[in-house]
This record gives sequence, C-alpha cells and structure tokens, in this order.
Amino acid sequence: MTILNGIAASNGVAIAKAYTLEAPNLSFETKKVDDVDKEVKRLDDALAVSKKELEIIKENARRSLGDEHAEIFSAHLLVLSDPELITPMEDKIKNENVNAEAALDEVATMFINMFKAMDNEYMRERAADIQDVTKRVMAHLLQVTFPDPALIDEEVVIIAEDLTPSDTAQLNKQFVKGFTTNIGGRTSHSAIMARSLEIPAVVGTKTVTEDVKDGDIVVVDGMDGEVIINPTEEQLATYKQKQVDFEKQKEIWAKLKNEPTLSKDNTHVELVANIGTPNDVEGVLNNGGEGVGLYRTEFLYMGNSDFPTEDEQFEAYKSVLDQMGDKPVVVRTLDIGGDKELSYLDLPKEMNPFLGFRAIRLCLERDDIFRTQLRALLRASVYGNLKIMFPMIATLDEFRQAKALLLEEKANLKGEGVDVSDDIEIGIMVEIPSTAVIARQFAKEVDFFSIGTNDLIQYTMAADRMNEQVSYLYQPYHPAILTLVNNVIEAAHAEGKWAGMCGEMAGDSIAIPILLGFGLDEFSMSATSILPARTQIKDLSREEMASYKDEILSMGTADEVEAFVRSKTNQ
Amino acid sequence: MAAEKTITITDSTGVHARPATVLVNKAGNFASDVTVEYNGKSVNLKSIMGVMSLGIPKDAEIKIVAEGSDENEAIDAIYETVKETGLGE
Repeated sequence: MTILNGIAASNGVAIAKAYTLEAPNLSFETKKVDDVDKEVKRLDDALAVSKKELEIIKENARRSLGDEHAEIFSAHLLVLSDPELITPMEDKIKNENVNAEAALDEVATMFINMFKAMDNEYMRERAADIQDVTKRVMAHLLQVTFPDPALIDEEVVIIAEDLTPSDTAQLNKQFVKGFTTNIGGRTSHSAIMARSLEIPAVVGTKTVTEDVKDGDIVVVDGMDGEVIINPTEEQLATYKQKQVDFEKQKEIWAKLKNEPTLSKDNTHVELVANIGTPNDVEGVLNNGGEGVGLYRTEFLYMGNSDFPTEDEQFEAYKSVLDQMGDKPVVVRTLDIGGDKELSYLDLPKEMNPFLGFRAIRLCLERDDIFRTQLRALLRASVYGNLKIMFPMIATLDEFRQAKALLLEEKANLKGEGVDVSDDIEIGIMVEIPSTAVIARQFAKEVDFFSIGTNDLIQYTMAADRMNEQVSYLYQPYHPAILTLVNNVIEAAHAEGKWAGMCGEMAGDSIAIPILLGFGLDEFSMSATSILPARTQIKDLSREEMASYKDEILSMGTADEVEAFVRSKTNQ
Repeated sequence: MAAEKTITITDSTGVHARPATVLVNKAGNFASDVTVEYNGKSVNLKSIMGVMSLGIPKDAEIKIVAEGSDENEAIDAIYETVKETGLGE
C-alpha cells in the first residue's frame, strides 16, 4: 500500500485497476528469416490489425470531437495502406531475408527522415504522424500492448505522465473511472477535461507512473487529492463509503437542478458553465447550468491538420446554441499563440509566450483567420442567445478594432442576404491588469465584462502559472486581485452593464461569498461545480457579504482574507 | 495514351493532409496508374506520403496523369473533387 498526494482536480472517488498510458518497449533484433512469405504475411497482419484499431479510434474521435478531429486519423489510415511505404517493406523482406520488424523500421525511418528534412514546419510535423502509426504496427509485430485509451473495454483508472487533448478526447466514461497524472495543476488541460467528463482525477502526483504497475488496484480521491495504490481491506471499505457519500451528496445537489440561483435574501445570480466543445453542453444542462459563460473555441483549431473552415465552425456554434435554447452562450474568440500552438500555423518561438503574440493580438494581425471565425459566429447567431467576447484585451483600441471587424463582417453577411441577429452583446475578457484598472473607460463601450482570473492572477502577481516554483504566488484571495475584481464589477454597474467571471475562482467556495458581496452578476465554472455552488449560495445573504466588502479589501494578505471568510461562513 | 489535366491550387494552405487524404482516396478508386507532377517531380497519387512529400503550396500548378483502362473517368473524377473541395481549379 502506498499513498501519493497530488492536486485534487475533479470531484469523486474512483476505485479500479490501473491502466498505464506509457510508451511500450519497441526495441527489436534484426534477424534473417527463411520463410519470407510467412514474414510478409506477419507484416500484412500487423498492418491489418493496426488499421482496424485506427478505424475504432477515428470513430470514437468523430463521436466525441466531431468530424474534423477525426480527419487526422483518415490520413493515418492512408499511411498504413500506402503502396510507397508497404511495397518497399515487402521487397526488403523478400530480397534481403530480413524480419518484418527490421523492414518496417528501415523504410519508416527513411520516410520520417525525409519529412524531417523538409524546410516546412508543417511537413516536419508530419514525420510525427508517420512515427505514430508505424509504432502501432511495430507493437503488433512484437506483440506488446500499445496503450490506447480508445480501446479500453474494462473498468480502469488511467495512469499517465500527462494526458494530451487527443488522449482525453478518446476516454470512454463507461470504462475509464478516473485518472491520475505526474504533472499538471487545477487549471491544466487534463484537469479541465476531467471536470467536463465528470470523472474523478488527481493530477501533479510527480511519481505515479513510477509507483503503479498495470493491474494494481488504485483509488483516486478527487476531493482530497490522494491516490492510494493497492489499498488495505480497511481503506477500501472507507473509500467505498466515501463513494456512496459523494453519490448521496450529488442527489442532494440534483434537487436544485431546475431551481434558479437565489441567495438567502433573494438576490439572483447566474450560474453558467465553461465548455470546450458542443459535446460538453449535455453536462451543462444535466448540472442545471443557466447558460454557457465561456465557450473556448480553441478546441476547433487544436489537434487538427488545418484551420477549421467557416462552415465547420458554423456547425459547432449552431449546435451549442441550438442545444442551449434561449439560455445565454458567451463565445470567446480564438485564444491561440503563446504556449498554445497550432501545427499548421508557423509562429516564431518566444521568450515569454504568455506575454507574447497570442489571442486578440494575433487575430488582429491575421484578420483572415479572425474574419472566418466572426462570420461563422454571426451566421450562427440566429439560432440562440449569442454573446461574443474578445480575449486578452489590453487597450481600448484593440477592442474597437475587433468590434469594427465584427461589424464589418456583419454588414458583409447582410449584404449577401444572410440572416444575422441584431441582439448580440459584445464584451471582453478582463485578464490583463491594465484593463481591470481602467474598467470605467471600457465599461462605456463594451456590453459586458468576463473576468478571466487564471490569467489575471498570473499577470497581476507576475507569476507564471506553469512554473511550480512560483505556484505559491497564485493567490486568488490576494487583496490586489480582489481590488481589481471589485473595480471591474463597480465599473460595469456604473454604466448599467453586467460583470461575470470565468476563471476557476468563480466556482471556489471561499471566493463565492466574497464575489456575491461584491455584486458579481454571473459565475462561470466547470459544469460539475454549478450545483454545489447553487447549494452554497442558497445559504448566503448577499447583504451580509456586501457589508464585509470594505473590511476584506483593506486586508493585507490572502491568508487573512481566507480566514475571515471561513469564520463568517462556517467553512 | 494517357489522360492528363493541369490544375492550379487555390486553397490558401496548399495541398495539406486533409485535401491530400481526399485525393489519395479518390485515386484509389480507379484501376489506372495515377501520378501527380509538381516542380519536376512525379509521385504516385495513390500514396499519401508521396503526395505530401511534394509540399504543394498555394498557386502551384500540378499535373495529374492517369494511364490505364479507366484513365478518363479517373481524371474527370479527380478534377471534380479538386473543384468541389475548393482545393484548386
């Protein structure tokens, strides 16, 4: 029995067999073979099994992420049927009497090197595609398991260094009961995905891949951030009870599913959800979300071989708006660049990607990319209650330019005879301190604010949120952060506008009473946080919380704030 | 006698993975040998890696050549696909 401590990333308790997502050993010996026909057949069989697996992965990706994400697997499948790849391998076996492993390796390596040598970044990355697919074939030749989340067909807990977007896209909730990783934090991609899939997760354990073997029994406690490897009978009983308790708690929360969010003194606030794909909408509705407060459109662009077309984007936006009915849907335009790269967009490496060429900065420079997205959004606007916000706005000029492009495309579409809604609110993300400081001036021009706390905190505290050594500076309750947040809310209200928040902070049980007191109108969080938040707000008095505002804002440290809120709210 | 057709690529990103996949799949439906020529190099249009290795950019002129029992049908179908997908004209 071993206990590891990590970061609680998604609520719930999972107990199941471990399934490690780790690259298998693919080393082989070059051998002479006598029966070349048998060897060719061995290669063909390995290719056939690999193709069958890729068909399944493609189908899963299509179902969970949509057609365009599945396209990359069509290309992978073609590689496995490529005569220019297969024929030289077969010839090698026949003419040189070598085993299939050696033939595969030699021919694949030749192609990989050829692509790597090209003077085009996009083509160089295709080398990785060929490497991926040939590894799968090699694993079959060597009869070692090639770990693949899409192919899991029994209940497991996934153990991995980290999970990529395409890994998480392939997780089947029916079998994957939870996961735990070596790296990551509450706001890393894997953690966000776990919450939208509603499976328990503990990230940042540092060593779980070393400590767990395939087949070990693993408990993932996503509430307390603990991972127990091969628990004792007694521990097992405790965690099974915890599982039952959590289910009961969920039932209590579920009673509030169709209720409006009201404080004890009857103030209504909106509890809405953060989503990444149209598939997340189901979870929003199941968890009683009153809308979508942040639709991250990056997933349409990431893990793809090309920019999504206007029609592809239109379909995704329309799907979300359709499913949400008349509930508001706030879409954030493309936030790419910096640390979020696209294989097909060649951008120079930067010293400080978080301070660099990203989001609206990139979109204003590359307005061809931006206009395509704006047109798709405008066309979709007639299918629901769409609001559009621009990310990383640092100056009024940026907002004005972005809005002008939006209005220009709207006029263009109308000129083409396309229906566009006239009631689209246009707002901004407040995540750069300069914008929070002069929120008054912004409030005259925008329709709403949405405070992005993950970035606002890192920029205000000058602490890279990916750097674990400065993670102690990630302090949502720091009086500096609270002062900026309060400033933004007051500015919005002074101009008759609304203010929301779409960072992790909006769903935090210490922050919620503070934000309620500040008068925040909209709280956007992971779908699974909505019902617990609604339960908490029901027992809070907005007026009482508002009476603590000046005292909280005059405090010197985050710890003082936290202790104060705990004492006033019995936490 | 072979059938052939010259095409100008108009897609802003050239012949990337997605259009290459469509072309290779289309070519694979025909018995004829189908090749694509660009920049003095000729590769098998039924090979995804061959097509991608050409790195065909926007505004490139490429020549598709088919030779075999169904060469005319092959050329027509491939040209039709190129136009339909907005890859070129």
